[in-house]
Amino acid sequence: MRRTRAATAGAVTVSLLTALTACGGGSSTSGGSNDAPRTLTYWASNQGASIEADKKVLRPELDKFEKQTGIKVELEVIPWSDLLNRILTAATSGQGPDVLNIGNTWSASLQATGALLPWDAKNFDAIGGRDRFVDSALGSTGAEGQDPAAVPLYSMSYALYYNREIFADAGITRPPATWDELIADGRKIQAKGGSALGAEGANPSENIHHVFVFAKQHGADFFTADGKPDFTGDGVVAAVKQYVDLMAKDKIIAPGNAEYAQNQSVSDFAKGRTAMLLWQNAAANLRSQGMSEDKFGVAPVPVQSGTPGAGTQVNSMVAGINLAVFKNTDNLDGARKFVKFMTSDAEQKILNTAYSSIPPVKAAQADAAFTTGANAVLKDTLAKSAAAMPQVADESQFETAVGTAVKELFADAAAGRAVTTDSVKAALSKAQQQMPAK
Amino acid sequence: MTTTAPAEAAVAKRPSGAAGRSPRRRPGRIRRIGLPYLLLLPALVLELLVHLVPMVIGIAMSFKELTQFHIRDWGDAPWSGLDNYQVSVDFDAPVGEALLRSFFITVAFTLLSVGLCWLIGTAAALYLQDTFRGRGLLRALFLVPYALPVYAAVITWVFMFQHDNGLVNHVLHDQLGLTDKPSFWLIGDNSFVALLVVSVWKGWPFAFLIVMAGLQNIPKEQYEAAALDGAGMWQQIRRITLPSLRPVNQVLLLVLFLWTFNDFNTPYVLFGKSAPEAADLISVHIYQASFVTWNFGTGSAMSVLLLLFLLVVTGGYLLLTSRGRKPADV
Repeated sequence: MRRTRAATAGAVTVSLLTALTACGGGSSTSGGSNDAPRTLTYWASNQGASIEADKKVLRPELDKFEKQTGIKVELEVIPWSDLLNRILTAATSGQGPDVLNIGNTWSASLQATGALLPWDAKNFDAIGGRDRFVDSALGSTGAEGQDPAAVPLYSMSYALYYNREIFADAGITRPPATWDELIADGRKIQAKGGSALGAEGANPSENIHHVFVFAKQHGADFFTADGKPDFTGDGVVAAVKQYVDLMAKDKIIAPGNAEYAQNQSVSDFAKGRTAMLLWQNAAANLRSQGMSEDKFGVAPVPVQSGTPGAGTQVNSMVAGINLAVFKNTDNLDGARKFVKFMTSDAEQKILNTAYSSIPPVKAAQADAAFTTGANAVLKDTLAKSAAAMPQVADESQFETAVGTAVKELFADAAAGRAVTTDSVKAALSKAQQQMPAK
Repeated sequence: MTTTAPAEAAVAKRPSGAAGRSPRRRPGRIRRIGLPYLLLLPALVLELLVHLVPMVIGIAMSFKELTQFHIRDWGDAPWSGLDNYQVSVDFDAPVGEALLRSFFITVAFTLLSVGLCWLIGTAAALYLQDTFRGRGLLRALFLVPYALPVYAAVITWVFMFQHDNGLVNHVLHDQLGLTDKPSFWLIGDNSFVALLVVSVWKGWPFAFLIVMAGLQNIPKEQYEAAALDGAGMWQQIRRITLPSLRPVNQVLLLVLFLWTFNDFNTPYVLFGKSAPEAADLISVHIYQASFVTWNFGTGSAMSVLLLLFLLVVTGGYLLLTSRGRKPADV
């Protein structure tokens, strides 16, 4: 009898415990507090060659922060393939980090969830003021007219990376400045048996960055002034076609690139298999793949004609990483201190040097390290000829829908099917239909 | 426990008089009958938590407008009635049309994959029925695809299917010269074939394993008697093996069907977040509808529709097969 009772008690206890532990996960979704002033959780995006490399860069800085403030920072470096899903899950469950990196193009989309702390004047004051940051970087921190959802941390821009040796062999003396020149140079390289330009054809994000810039050069935008998707205008169609035609018509991108989605085009370039690559801040990545700095040159991304600048002379998106604070953090003061630390002049120099990016903080940007060589091109692009991706709540859907449409067009080109204005328009019209109804 | 054991033994040994037994009998019996249920309780609670609760929440989500504007506090997201379902089944509009297309691709893929898995698995099991040297080794070898972690196995296939330096093109194009130029397997129309190959490669060892186990239950005498009566191998398979395997096959096909129809890992690892149109399986399609476009309400509605479809198919299949079995059992 006693045994029965023990078993009964055991069964009931186990059931209750399971029920309790399962229900115990919830947390408040209200505003932040200062309940846990000694610790912070930080989700970093993968900026370096690997997760481990990033930990090596960040750990000493976080230890420095702990020494200064007594706040221990738990670091998790999250690969790009998981980051957005992790952030979404965190926003849904309220179980997230205190501070996190976000891709700057996600700013408006994540702002719409209301999960991130808005950077109003008071919060900006806590980190030294809004005017410490350059304007182009602040332009990618959320929808216009609203308080930014994050502050800029690393800035990046696209550039044309070219292999000096292959260029010299083909008798090319200076990097191409227009698309026509690029195609002509590509032909010269191909005539020598080389492969001209690399592309990440099956990676929707890369595709979207390129067609966005091409659209700018055609004087077109993917969204109307009031934020409605407009993917089928003549300018946009011509822009997308011009990009895909680099493979379909001009044939300076090898068909194999159509299935690249894991940065194979970067390894191709690093190994000398292709002569040119359009990439953002690739220097550190190329170095880690064994390509020394004297082997490649860096030039501005080509334009249709003339020189890079504003309007139709735009030749890059404003790429970069923003630092955000989860609204329901239980260490609000600590989180602000951490953001202040990470965006301080000294840390900006250290971190941006390690990741070969450009500091979005004016004082740090003036440092000699960022005004010479490859960095000068990137900095110049950011300052003069980079445009922010559309800061609309549907940006994430736009990247997926249009990026995937371009991927399918590349697949057509690779298979030898014709890519015409009509087929491009049809693909874009399908992408537009996938956008949320307004 | 050691201290109470003798006391309990004493209680058990005490001669049970009728007078002493009757007042305690009923509660004791209830307890005895109730105990198994009570012991099942933890499992039941866990089952509710792990399976039913998420399902119910998923169904509730399908009636909500759960976009990025509401995910942070989705309890407060506005109810949208049947809107999500309307969007999903409006086959003239882009979302519904794409879902229907994805559904048909999945049906075709599942039928082919399950059919091939069963065929190859059964054939291999039959060939390995007779003892010969190296049979154990072959059996173990055949099970390798099933034992490998899905991610590792599929990523290997991704490398093999690569256009420029993949093994598949190297063999088909460079060595055998079967194609005019190297084919693309991971993008475009061929992606369906690539997906099917990986799915069959991964699934047939399970069919092989189950059929092999089923074959052990068929008495050898039946084959011997059939052989004496002059039945050839093909007739033996048709008249003895397949009818005897019927109950095994019924379960096997159902399980393979459900696994294949719902398979998420294979297409996801093979193609990433945006599958090529030709290989747009419904599981990845729903994932994309929810996670990539941040519309969890529509994604949930699609999931509920998928659940209903699978329920109907499974229910119908079980009904049909059990009806077929009864006369045979008599």
